[in-house]
Amino acid sequence: MLYSEKVMDHLAHPRNVGEIADANAVGEVGNLKCGDIMKIFMKIDENEVIQDVKFQTFGCGAAVATSSMATELVKGKTVKEALQLTNAAVAEALDGLPPVKMHCSVLAEEAIKAALANYYKGQGKDPVEFVGCTGDCQACHGEEEHTH
Amino acid sequence: MFVYADNAATTQIAPQVLDAMLPYLKEQYGNPSTLYRLGRDAKIAIEKARAQVAEVIGAKAEEIFFTGSGTESDNMALKGVLYGPAGKGKKHLITTKIEHHAVLHTAMALEKEGFRVTFLEVDQNGQVKLDQLEQAIDEDTALVSIMAANNEVGTIQPIQQIGEICQRHGVLFHTDAVQAFGHMPLDVTAMHIDLLSLSAHKINGPKGTGALYIRKGLGLKPVIEGGGQERNRRSGTENVAGIVGLGAAAQLARETMEEESQRLKKLSRKLIDGVLQIPETILTGDPVNRLPGTCSFAISAIEGESMVLYLDMEGICTSTGSACSTGSLDPSHVLMAIGLSHEVSHGSLRVSLGRFNTEEDVDYIIEKLPQVVERLRAMSPVWNRK
Repeated sequence: MLYSEKVMDHLAHPRNVGEIADANAVGEVGNLKCGDIMKIFMKIDENEVIQDVKFQTFGCGAAVATSSMATELVKGKTVKEALQLTNAAVAEALDGLPPVKMHCSVLAEEAIKAALANYYKGQGKDPVEFVGCTGDCQACHGEEEHTH
Repeated sequence: MFVYADNAATTQIAPQVLDAMLPYLKEQYGNPSTLYRLGRDAKIAIEKARAQVAEVIGAKAEEIFFTGSGTESDNMALKGVLYGPAGKGKKHLITTKIEHHAVLHTAMALEKEGFRVTFLEVDQNGQVKLDQLEQAIDEDTALVSIMAANNEVGTIQPIQQIGEICQRHGVLFHTDAVQAFGHMPLDVTAMHIDLLSLSAHKINGPKGTGALYIRKGLGLKPVIEGGGQERNRRSGTENVAGIVGLGAAAQLARETMEEESQRLKKLSRKLIDGVLQIPETILTGDPVNRLPGTCSFAISAIEGESMVLYLDMEGICTSTGSACSTGSLDPSHVLMAIGLSHEVSHGSLRVSLGRFNTEEDVDYIIEKLPQVVERLRAMSPVWNRK
């Protein structure tokens, strides 16, 4: 199992690590038993632009790298644009992931969506309408195909 | 700085071992089965290595059979006994839940073929429960296979007592001694061992060479058929340079075992004391009965694979048994068998010291590991929740 240079770079120098004290969007996915937990914090402004995004991740090298890349991909984007983020896009931006690590990119997508769902909730809107999956599903029950 | 601290995975070849091997990769290229001088010399070199290996475990040279790896030796022992005359047609094998995959997967393959296999549990230190072993033996038991020392947590089994139990019940005893051979005293007579697997690359010898000790008189069915080398037990032209390397490494290990194990114990003690300074960290495996150089830990709220990769960035080579490293959702079978939860196993880290490690290496690890842990914990939502 080999990681790409990009994965190693994002692991060695993870972008956007930390938390945002006055975040108005927070999402956490994964669980301790399966070994990956990702938590995303966002500061979204009144124009629905993601001004800042931070993450905390417990997990393997791929989990850290996909969290890092996912935050890079949504930073400065609108909420609607961020909702288009797919796990495939995260993996592709990292020049690919080993097959056994693809679930990490799924988790990264879910973490972003969980934060956005939290944002809509805060706005008094039903997140399912916008996000579909509310991000509380588990990516790592050994299913190759991840469906909602 | 570069620190190789994964000696349980493999070791660096010792200079004197390499020197012994080189002629057999250059001018001494004869096939040991041939009649002329060049071939005879190769044959003589193999027989010297056989004696060198035998001496480490108190065996006779003629009881040592060279193979291509420790894994092959394990396959040869289990399949050879159960398929062969030594098994006397009996269909039951006893082993443990913490064996190396070389034994575990061979046992599972035999189970699929219709053999009955008992996988013994171990206690939280990784020790086999002797009363359970005794209870598991019945009139259909052909073989007991229990590793001498565990590769992941370093626990040493009570091999002599296991051997005595097997002898009392008239059951054959195989031990996978790949991690133990050359690192701790082993005596096939005193310990009542009938078969013993060993490998060169764990004792500063080359990869691709192992051996199986087979007590004289035991009939095993060969796993590899062919030209009848190794007295019909393992066909294939001998890996002369590898075998010479195994012999030289075995001699080196025997001559330096006493002082080297004392030195490694001291270094390990320092390493363990240093690592346990990290909050919420435990030593896994047996606190006392463990290999002198193998130190295994579980560090909470971070994940083993990230830890290994971050340590690598500092020039330190280690390994982990965490789920993420195994490519499945389960941590290593050994960590599960000693009763660690999934949560605790995620933070598994094995640091295994060897012949070429120095006190400076240990100091460097003790300096860098806490920094790595701190960095990973700083980004861990699990740690930050505390």
